[in-house]
Amino acid sequence: MKKNLKYNAIWLAIAILGYVLIYALEMVGVIDQFAETTLVLIGINIILATSLNLVIGFSGQFSLGHAGFMALGAYSSALVTSAIPSVGGFLLGLLVGMIVAGIVALVVGIPTLRLNGDYLAIATMGVAEIIRIILNNLKITNGPAGLYNIPMLANWSTVYVLVVITTLIIVNFVHSRNGRAVMSVREDEIAAESIGINTTKYKIIAFVLGAAIASIGGALHANYIQTINPTDFGIMESINILIIVVLGGIGSITGTFVAAFLLGILDMILQNFGTLRMVLYSLALILIMVFKPSGLLGTWEFSVRRLFTHKKAKGDAE
Amino acid sequence: MHTVLQQLVNGLSLGSIYALLALGYTMVYGIIKLINFAHGDIYMLGAFWGYYVINQWHFSFWPALLSAMVFCALAGVIIEYLAYRPLRNSPRIAALITAIGVSFLLENGMSYLFSSNVRNFPQAMHVKSYNFFGAKVSNIQILILVVSIVLMILLQLIIRRTKMGKAMRAVSVDPDAAQLIGINIDRTISFTFALGSALAGAAGVMIGLYYNSIDPLMGMTPGIKAFVAAVLGGIGLIPGAALGGFVIGILETATQALGFSAFKDAVVYVVLIIILLVRPAGILGKNIKEKV
Repeated sequence: MKKNLKYNAIWLAIAILGYVLIYALEMVGVIDQFAETTLVLIGINIILATSLNLVIGFSGQFSLGHAGFMALGAYSSALVTSAIPSVGGFLLGLLVGMIVAGIVALVVGIPTLRLNGDYLAIATMGVAEIIRIILNNLKITNGPAGLYNIPMLANWSTVYVLVVITTLIIVNFVHSRNGRAVMSVREDEIAAESIGINTTKYKIIAFVLGAAIASIGGALHANYIQTINPTDFGIMESINILIIVVLGGIGSITGTFVAAFLLGILDMILQNFGTLRMVLYSLALILIMVFKPSGLLGTWEFSVRRLFTHKKAKGDAE
Repeated sequence: MHTVLQQLVNGLSLGSIYALLALGYTMVYGIIKLINFAHGDIYMLGAFWGYYVINQWHFSFWPALLSAMVFCALAGVIIEYLAYRPLRNSPRIAALITAIGVSFLLENGMSYLFSSNVRNFPQAMHVKSYNFFGAKVSNIQILILVVSIVLMILLQLIIRRTKMGKAMRAVSVDPDAAQLIGINIDRTISFTFALGSALAGAAGVMIGLYYNSIDPLMGMTPGIKAFVAAVLGGIGLIPGAALGGFVIGILETATQALGFSAFKDAVVYVVLIIILLVRPAGILGKNIKEKV
């Protein structure tokens, strides 16, 4: 426990340093409004992509419907904060979104997680589309026009703090007993089952946790952008999240961070190219995949602990 | 009764377009286990090819249809060669992302080159309507249905009766074993892409004629629905794809006719999920052993 304290302290220092760095750059004026928006969108994408990485990379279940859970978070939060425009309302909205997304994931997950591979992908895609179509036709969500004038309760520091918290939750979950069980399901379902792991249970735990965290991403999106409508949460959004996960390396949280940053910055640079932007973006995507099919980082993970043990010239059988 | 018949006719013609697209998905999936997201965009390429040859070179309908099939077959083979072949031995999800990338590239490339405006498809055929037991049937609807069925029968013949078809079936069962007995896997996969893409091209020209409008993003939704159709019928199975296409076409028009047009896509997905839960391999899954 004491040993971990050192590494945890270093991580905390890194997180605080990052915050101070952004804050300083903002003060100096290096980060203007445009760059700040890019940073916030990168942060939201990190939350969404890490939660999807938990489902795809660690539990090995191919979900193509992440935008559906994001939509649930966004709409719950937008409705709650429109009624209670305060920080308390924002937190309540987050909580409501997580509960709604979690319940929907549970209800959907129990039957569909029995499917495997591409069938699960199509079923989850269907679920996300059903959610979108329902949102598109409900009175309370204002139909296809969507919700606007949502109070702006999220700024870059809210996003930053939530990125840190959600990443912590996911990393800790992955390294817990439950997380190891989840990964054993990914490695070999039959072997996992034969040593007494309830595979369905762990698949559902990962799926529900992923959905709840995705709803946080949605809530931040709603409270930062201030307008949402159902077309924001279509198949394209699910695919965009998936692209970040695969590009960074399936099963690597560090990779997800790197890919979210790279894609965000690529997008920012390509803004100048107008209509050519998406052409270049798709070409970049194809080329990266053809030449680096395992993603940018594969399953490599940045670890403070390894950095230290490396210095001490191996030894420490950890 | 009239409306039921009318909706059935509409559903069948829409369904045959989905079926043609679903065949391409199912063949590619059967042979290399890849969800070829770019398939819907090949259908879009077919529609644009039809638009240009009819407008610029004054082709009539049949040459336009055939040349679109050839053009799309070539496009499919080139895409497979450049984008999918290098990834044949990498994780399937990487190939899937590449397919999505190709799909983006085709959509945005076409928007960039030809603008994203909606265009009117030239009327290559005079529209006539017939009365069929009270239901109105246009000659284009009959054409779509007949051409689709003829193409499906042709496809089935190619797969069952030709040497290449036999090779396709062999590769889909076990690529390594197929290679051992002297089947050229690369050529077989190229041929599969050519066949699937040709069908998509035909579907594109016919949908242009039917709906009268085309745009670079037209392939997205039908592409996804056709894939759903393929899964619904039992992916990897030719008759399954055809059945799935018709089921989805009829389901969609029926929901529309009942006044729930806003929910038509949701109904399709609900039915898909229910069928997957009851029969995880699709409606016809596992009943037929041979896959392509």
